[in-house]
Amino acid sequence: MKLLTHNMLTSHVKGVTKGYPLIIKATEVKVNELEFNAQFVSRMIPKLEWSALIQAAEWLGQSQDLPSALIPDYENDEEFLRKVHRILLEVEVIEGCLQCPESGREFPISKGVPNMLLNEGE
Amino acid sequence: MKLKELESCLQQVDGFEEPKILLEQYPTSPHIAGCMLYTIHNTFDDIQNKLVADLGCGCGVLSIGAAVLDAGLCVGFDIDEDALDIFKGNVEDFELSNIDMVQCDVCSIGSSYAKKFDTVIMNPPFGTKHNQGIDMQFLQTAISMASTAVYSLHKTSTRDHIQKKANDWKVKMEVIAVLSEQQEYKESYAEP
Repeated sequence: MKLLTHNMLTSHVKGVTKGYPLIIKATEVKVNELEFNAQFVSRMIPKLEWSALIQAAEWLGQSQDLPSALIPDYENDEEFLRKVHRILLEVEVIEGCLQCPESGREFPISKGVPNMLLNEGE
Repeated sequence: MKLKELESCLQQVDGFEEPKILLEQYPTSPHIAGCMLYTIHNTFDDIQNKLVADLGCGCGVLSIGAAVLDAGLCVGFDIDEDALDIFKGNVEDFELSNIDMVQCDVCSIGSSYAKKFDTVIMNPPFGTKHNQGIDMQFLQTAISMASTAVYSLHKTSTRDHIQKKANDWKVKMEVIAVLSEQQEYKESYAEP
């Protein structure tokens, strides 16, 4: 699971009003190289919940001096974009789980795939 | 990449080992997948460097194709763990790193991905196995997720119904191709 994907995932457990962001508890993390494309990263940034991304990076011990708030004119800062590229697309959670911050319900991540299926009645 | 190259590349994608009939599991043929992706890429430029979602991805033919055509990232969504395992194997065989996947029920996704993706591609279940209307649910979800367009395969017999729904949802619908194999056709939905 890449952090770009994690940034979009929410918990839909019944009764939960804000199941976001899902807390990452990782037991295995990998870094997989992916070709850098400044334009793509730049376009993804406005779609992100930036604070959730920073939190996710922290949970994985991958903060690497990412700023806690977006810097202005980031589109032209290649060094910054490369850092974002790495955290969004190259760091992957292989094993672990995602925990709903409100209900505590855990969604397992196995072989890199988060399982967001709810049981009947949840 | 030429269409023939893309098709021949997609022929290497492993299909379902034991297709689950009730989930309407069948692999999208390399020919249909190739034609579809080739058009989306060359005519509409909706794959390269885009954030793409593949709903009901199964073993991942469409996602693999999108990744090979340099999608920024393609995320596959499917309910079935076995299918996703095969998809994983395919991703490894092709050595692709611009793919991710989520196990979930597309019909329960809600609006959490609203407009997050540039493009949604899919070959959804048609609703022939006690799940009538599922194709429209997939379509509705896809439209909520995509900021630019949804490309989807449907039975010709449902075309009028889909056009009517598109009007209700205030979405522009276009038939891009009619593929006589399996009598499927595809549409593009673009926000007006």
